[in-house]
Amino acid sequence: MSAIKIRLKENDLQQLKDVCKSFNNEEGELINVLHKAQGIFGYLPAEVQEVVARQLKISVAKVYGVVTFYSFFTMVPRGRYPISVCTGTACYVRGAEKVLDEFKRLIKVPVGETTPDGKFSIAGLRCVGACGLAPVVLIGDKTYGRVAPDGVRKILKEYDDK
Amino acid sequence: MHILVCGGTGCHASSSNLLLENLREQVAGKDLAGEVQVIATGCFGFCEKGPIIKIIPDNTFYTQVQPADATEIIEEHVIKGRQVGRLLYKDPVNKEVISDSRKMGFYKKQIRVALRNCGFIDPENIDEYIAADGYSALGKVLTSMTPEQATKEIIDSGLRGRGGGGFSTGIKWDIARKVQADQKYVVCNADEGDPGAFMDRSILEGDPHSVIEAMIINGYCIGADWGLVYIRAEYPLAIERLKTALGQAREYGLLGEDILGTGFNFDIEIRYGAGAFVCGEETALIQSMEGHRGEPTFKPPFPAQSGYLGKPTNVNNVETFANIPVIFNKGAEWFASIGTEKSKGTKVFALAGKINNVGLIEVPMGTTLREVIFEIGGGIKDGKKFKAVQTGGPSGGCLTEKHLDTPIDFDNLLASGSMMGSGGMIVMDEDDCMVSVARFYLDFTVEESCGKCTPCRVGNKRLYELLDVISKGNGTHKDLDKLRNLGEVIKDTSLCGLGQTSPNPVLSTMDNFWDEYLAHVEDHRCPAGQCKDLIRYEVVAENCVGCTACARNCPVNCISGERKEVHFIDQSICIKCGVCFMKCKFNAISVS
Ligand SMILES: Cc1cc2nc3c(=O)[nH]c(=O)nc-3n(C[C@H](O)[C@H](O)[C@H](O)COP(=O)(O)O)c2cc1C
Ligand code: SF4
Ligand code: SF4
Ligand code: SF4
Ligand code: FES
Repeated sequence: MSAIKIRLKENDLQQLKDVCKSFNNEEGELINVLHKAQGIFGYLPAEVQEVVARQLKISVAKVYGVVTFYSFFTMVPRGRYPISVCTGTACYVRGAEKVLDEFKRLIKVPVGETTPDGKFSIAGLRCVGACGLAPVVLIGDKTYGRVAPDGVRKILKEYDDK
Repeated sequence: MHILVCGGTGCHASSSNLLLENLREQVAGKDLAGEVQVIATGCFGFCEKGPIIKIIPDNTFYTQVQPADATEIIEEHVIKGRQVGRLLYKDPVNKEVISDSRKMGFYKKQIRVALRNCGFIDPENIDEYIAADGYSALGKVLTSMTPEQATKEIIDSGLRGRGGGGFSTGIKWDIARKVQADQKYVVCNADEGDPGAFMDRSILEGDPHSVIEAMIINGYCIGADWGLVYIRAEYPLAIERLKTALGQAREYGLLGEDILGTGFNFDIEIRYGAGAFVCGEETALIQSMEGHRGEPTFKPPFPAQSGYLGKPTNVNNVETFANIPVIFNKGAEWFASIGTEKSKGTKVFALAGKINNVGLIEVPMGTTLREVIFEIGGGIKDGKKFKAVQTGGPSGGCLTEKHLDTPIDFDNLLASGSMMGSGGMIVMDEDDCMVSVARFYLDFTVEESCGKCTPCRVGNKRLYELLDVISKGNGTHKDLDKLRNLGEVIKDTSLCGLGQTSPNPVLSTMDNFWDEYLAHVEDHRCPAGQCKDLIRYEVVAENCVGCTACARNCPVNCISGERKEVHFIDQSICIKCGVCFMKCKFNAISVS
């Protein structure tokens, strides 16, 4: 499983158990539980999955199988400023790939990973529904539209002192 | 007077919420609250030029409105009755200024059925929906029709599913109705996985009550008292609006127990998807709702026989549902009078790509691609040449010049080697490489295949690799043969619709753009100048005036040259990002 080992704090553990309980510890609610858990921790490390498995009385393998199946769930913490480059078709034909390449080049990590200082992470995203602004990039909640490769450096500069 | 402000995702992304606040502040500050109402609506469709506002009753249509423009709009338009000329829409072709949205080429050919309320009502206010005939269909069905009669109305309308398959909605309801069971379910498929499509999201954001009303009617018809909406977690705004709408419907006694005093019970809960395209497939969706990995299961049994928790389940798409209330209000005959012989009504398309008017459109079935692209869409961006239009997303194909006059409906699109799909329509111009486009879709499929069956899991990966080799200029004729054969095998042997259609983007581009594949293989050349490994950016010495624009913008600083002198690109450093090509105003950068 995940290389990152963490120990859950006592109150985190309680919070997680409460989430499971709010769904009656029902196996069928696994995905809803994971949504909530990721909302609390920001990601789903092995330890969280183990607790969820125990509470819902299912195998850790089943939880892991679900976590890894859905791209919305992540087992590594995202950066403080998660960068998502839309790679939907509309953005693709308007040059999203080149924009993504430029982000990767400048922050020096591949898609799906986080910079060592924990500041940025980068991911591809399928259509955010703002195709009129293609290519679209999201950083946290902020949307950047009509991004060209030469505009990437300027966007990243906004986060220089953060 | 009403000021309608688009609150769809596209306009939201360009600060329409700030604009809304400013307008409201201005209205309050100038004591206009009695006469002027500022309303946040769903998507107007004209996303290209957002944020959009429209002023009723005169229908003035303002585009690309910035939050700072609020003052001028209130002072000039509202108070002095003078239009703000600089914010009016200008036709991209003949430069004519048009203030009345009904006269814009973009809206002229559209008929809004599923989108009837999007951009007209406040989606967070049930009273506005009710004022627009909302919930009257439900009242009519519950009080004056039997489930059988109501189902027959849908059969007679000729409505076919808008989620991709195009199966008759009425017949599907009838099958679920006739199955005997102690419990049945209604499911709304709001997974919308096609990358580059946003119809369902816009309906849920702009008119959530129409979907709720239709689900209740569906429940009554098939004998279900519980509904579920399976929606992507990536759609926060749509989820919020849906939740608000559900709450309001319960408050009004339209949802819950003893609806409208008729003794009929029905309620709806929301289930969240978690980013898996295959979960849009109905059996996978059901697996996912039960908390499992979203792997499709073998059909039969169909969901109508054994679906959610093993009970008969009717699954319909968001847009399909949005059509239901109007059918009861205006009659099956009215609905069936729109469209072609076998495809009735309208279809919503998300028009995007290299087109002037990116946005959400709704046209009668039978409209031609030419009308959609050149009249509604306003033609190709930057005066370039039309090359292809992709419909049906990762399951569909690329259509070309020769298909432009084909009337769009389920059957014609299939016959042309593509499909309707859910309604994504991506327009491409001469600069798009069809091998790259095919590779793009296969990359998507490989990532999204659930892995349950081998042809899809392994076969698509091989297709992708073959395309990759070809796009690097290392492909052979044998690879082209393999591509076609393997594509056919995957289509024939995959378990679910994902694998059965995934080779379509490859096969259809091979059929329609064979020359382009040959150019990559025989001449190691990418005619569109897209495939990185086959192109070089070079300075054309005769044209270069030494303006330094390219050098200043090159992200890796590999262009050298003094002011007013011919520049030079260091090929060993160039990452082929294409910035210099875009920046040079003198045609002095060539792609070869
Ligand atoms: C791979 C795959 C993905 C699909 N994705 C969607 C989707 O995102 N939304 C949708 O409504 N239907 C989707 N469908 C179609 C559904 O399986 C189903 O046919 C549809 O929801 C039925 O509703 P309708 O009859 O109203 O179209 C998909 C099918 C396949 C094979
Ligand atoms: S065709 Fe692909 S997506 Fe469908 S069941 Fe097989 S592996 Fe899964
Ligand atoms: S293509 Fe990009 S990297 Fe290469 S010279 Fe032009 S701007 Fe520089
Ligand atoms: S932008 Fe064009 S004209 Fe200007 S220096 Fe570069 S190549 Fe020459
Ligand atoms: S494809 Fe990027 S926003 Fe739609």
